[in-house]
Amino acid sequence: MSTATKRLLMVLPMLMAFGLGLFLYQGIGQDPNNMESSLIGKPLPEFSGETLMSDTTIVTQKDMLGQPALVNVWATWCPTCRAEHEFLLSIAAQENVRIFGVNYHDQRAAAQQWLIDLGNPYVFSVFDPQGDLGIDLGVVGAPETYLIDANGMVIDKVTGELNERTWTQLRTQYLSLLKDGS
Amino acid sequence: MRRFLVSVCFCITTAMCALAQADITSYEFAEPEMAQRFVGLTTVLRCPKCQNQNLSDSDSIIAKDLRTQIQTLINSGNTDQQITDFMVQRYGDFILYDPPFNKSTLVLWLTPVGMIFIGLFALWFFSRKSQSQSAMLTTDEQQKLHQLLANNQLRDRD
Repeated sequence: MSTATKRLLMVLPMLMAFGLGLFLYQGIGQDPNNMESSLIGKPLPEFSGETLMSDTTIVTQKDMLGQPALVNVWATWCPTCRAEHEFLLSIAAQENVRIFGVNYHDQRAAAQQWLIDLGNPYVFSVFDPQGDLGIDLGVVGAPETYLIDANGMVIDKVTGELNERTWTQLRTQYLSLLKDGS
Repeated sequence: MRRFLVSVCFCITTAMCALAQADITSYEFAEPEMAQRFVGLTTVLRCPKCQNQNLSDSDSIIAKDLRTQIQTLINSGNTDQQITDFMVQRYGDFILYDPPFNKSTLVLWLTPVGMIFIGLFALWFFSRKSQSQSAMLTTDEQQKLHQLLANNQLRDRD
């Protein structure tokens, strides 16, 4: 065996170990809970449900169409929803972002009171006490926020808190959707 | 004392097992065969919220919802395949404990096979090398070798 092959054989395990290291390194810091939603690229599921504010007002997915918007899954029992509430209010007020709520596995009175106390960033919230709409949306837990275009196509999703950092990721797409629409 | 502790532990474990099973049996089905399928499906489907629990083991809200959903789907006459498709459509391949072969699971499925091939190649490579080096000595060479070794030993002794 020539020296060149020998040397190559000596380097090979090192290269393999390095490759493995690189592969594992890029996994560090990735949130295993943050899975790609299978809804992305698909239209919103069809639904028909009461709004949180009135059990006689029925809304469907068609009521969310017309312009790009956010669909935010929230509940009063969810601490992260509380944490992001202020931020939702601020983008609804300052950036005129249309936000629809899905009130997930919650009690109507408590949820209504929460919006009265903290402010209501939502155009309306769908009341989903059994989580049926949640299942059709592929919701894993609250909060989750979907970006939809004017036709109700799901463009992207943030699992967990919507804040300055996670909104930056959505905002770029949101703004380009706005531009395409006008 | 020790015996007492052991029996207490035993009682608690038994009670917990009974509790864990009670959850599954609280779902009602038209036919017993359906309950079997329910157990089967909730075992092979993973809870999307929890990293490594199946639907029957998990107590999270979403797992409960999905169990109820599966119960409804079974009772309304859906096949196992239809129910699995329903779940994959909403939660992706993650929900399957047995992931299908596709672009994103390519590495997962092919790495073991690749490793076997690398191993076989290494085996072949090194066995070839040792064969060529240990080529048999002729009788002449053998004698010469013995001679040399003997000389060496003599010299060492001096």
